[in-house]
Amino acid sequence: MSEYKSGSNLEKVLRAGQFAFTGECGPPQGANVEHLREKARHLKGCVDAVNVTDNQTAVVRMSSWAASLILKEEGLEPNFQMVCRDRNRLAIQSDILGVYSLGIRNMLCLSGDHQRFGNHPEAKNVFDIDSMQLIHAVKTMRDDGKFLSGQEIDTPPKLFIGAACNPFAEPFEFRVHRLAKKIAAGADFVQTQCIYNMDRFRQFMKRVVDMGLHEKCYILAGITPMKSVGMARYMANQVPGMDVPQSLIKRLQGVGKGKAAEEGIKFAVEQVQEFKEMEGIAGVHLMAIEWEHRVPEISQLAGVLPRPQL
Amino acid sequence: MIVAEPKPVREIVEMVKDFDRILVLGCKGCVTVCNVGGSKEAGILASALRIAKRRSGASVKVGEHTLERQCDPEYIEEVKDMIHDYDAVVSIACGVGPQFLAERYPAARIFPGVNTQFMGGAIEHGIWSERCAGCGTCVIHFFGGLCPIARCSKSLLNGPCGGSAHGKCEISKDVDCVWDMIVRKLMEQDRLDDLLQFKPPKNWTTARDGGPRKLVREELVR
Amino acid sequence: MMNDTKPQIVAFCCSNCAPAAAKIAEDMEKALPDNVKIIQVPCTGRIEILHLMKPFENGADGVYVAGCQEDSCKYISGIKKATKRVAHVKKLLEELGLEPQRIEVFHLSAAQGYRYVDIAHEMVNRIRELGPVKMNS
Repeated sequence: MSEYKSGSNLEKVLRAGQFAFTGECGPPQGANVEHLREKARHLKGCVDAVNVTDNQTAVVRMSSWAASLILKEEGLEPNFQMVCRDRNRLAIQSDILGVYSLGIRNMLCLSGDHQRFGNHPEAKNVFDIDSMQLIHAVKTMRDDGKFLSGQEIDTPPKLFIGAACNPFAEPFEFRVHRLAKKIAAGADFVQTQCIYNMDRFRQFMKRVVDMGLHEKCYILAGITPMKSVGMARYMANQVPGMDVPQSLIKRLQGVGKGKAAEEGIKFAVEQVQEFKEMEGIAGVHLMAIEWEHRVPEISQLAGVLPRPQL
Repeated sequence: MIVAEPKPVREIVEMVKDFDRILVLGCKGCVTVCNVGGSKEAGILASALRIAKRRSGASVKVGEHTLERQCDPEYIEEVKDMIHDYDAVVSIACGVGPQFLAERYPAARIFPGVNTQFMGGAIEHGIWSERCAGCGTCVIHFFGGLCPIARCSKSLLNGPCGGSAHGKCEISKDVDCVWDMIVRKLMEQDRLDDLLQFKPPKNWTTARDGGPRKLVREELVR
Repeated sequence: MMNDTKPQIVAFCCSNCAPAAAKIAEDMEKALPDNVKIIQVPCTGRIEILHLMKPFENGADGVYVAGCQEDSCKYISGIKKATKRVAHVKKLLEELGLEPQRIEVFHLSAAQGYRYVDIAHEMVNRIRELGPVKMNS
């Protein structure tokens, strides 16, 4: 039995072959610590780890490392996210040392939405390194004990490395290869973008399994419960890379006024059941943004409670 | 070529409002090719300034002249007598021109008449697109002849990101996703291995990030 | 408030339609206003932006281009080019604090003697209402 890479709870759950269940929490657009703690309390006991986003959609929020620390204080295990948009390699490596020193053990390496989307579109672009290079950097720091400069690190950070995967983005044929590339670069686990087209995702996973990628990396399927017909339409038409089948929209329309949210949760729960049986899937990542108070209910219905205590 | 866009005439009129003798200097280089700073455009700007000054009732002299280039000292030298007849110069060359003028004629008031934008080429008449960011270490051959530094909004070397949709960049439907183009081209050419090869972090010292650049060619220096 | 000054107008007219229309107008004894100066060009497509601006430099209060309809331009795309250039000069006039209506494009055919004169009157009236190119205060 080889040593853990980071010893994080998420790593232990996945290593033990248990079906992992992670959540997500966005830091506040301010220093409203109490609101953050409140959101965290809903998630406690329902998930193995919680993603903490990094200036999501290029909107300034409390920094991911600070919010991660607050969540840790609330007894949750954070998945510290870092994007490449706002930091150069000095700040990146510096923050990695910082978060590790504060007890954070999981890190997600992402590109980041372009700042033109957000509330500070006039900011300068950083993108000193890209998400692939970031994954590789964290691996090098952990396993080789070296900075990007080649210099030795005085007490290397041991983080469990995560990445994102969008099975439906274009060019579609290349997506499974990009996943392979991220795994080769050092990703220990990936979370997919939220899935609605189960057929298409099954096809993608078949290719993943054929290539044996699920044996090198833990794959968590992303789920975002639909709150309304409006949300379903928005996701279908306005969000790039999102595949929402008409059948789902019709299903939400079919239940009548005010019942769409319940039906959305029902669909999400069905998805969890299916993912539990799907080859290559090691867990689910639930993105119930600003809907944290429904997570206990969803996890109960999905049958993922209680979470393993390892 | 270096591509620039004209500054709004309103802005230029404001810049030179305190001056009665203005020289508009064009350039036969890049800015002529992208129709913003050649002799034709110098004539139009000079005319606009005269119309503006007519309204102010000032007696005004607006001259116009076009140099071969404004990025070589021997051409800048050409205006050494002419410049004394004017109080202000509006240079409609790229950003290099006004600076060379200001350096050679420190007593003169030099104003930029265009906003210099990028290195690029013409897609069709009247439309230019950025192609080169001057990173100082050209590696387009690794990407099927396309440049991800200049053409990817995030300058990714291991793209595409998750925001690429229908061949367009997430920032705008008017911006092609260069990584979509790179991937499609290399996959068609059976060069998947090139795509799977990990590209390490870029050395930005040869780009502007490393500081203002100077190029010395010893074999050419007298 | 009536403005008594006579506005000075410069008109660029294409040789495909203007001379014939002018002849018809003459036969009908419809006269052009005397403050409209006609400059004949082989095709309105030959008119450069600078040509459209020079009259304003030299004291004109209004400028117009009279040419063929888009589908009957003898040189195919001449009037289209002229229309784009006039649009550009409208923007320049605005940048200079002048009304973009001081420059205009009109379409006519060789047979339209009355229209040839009416356009001139229309422009004179428009410019009279706008007043002469004003001095900045």
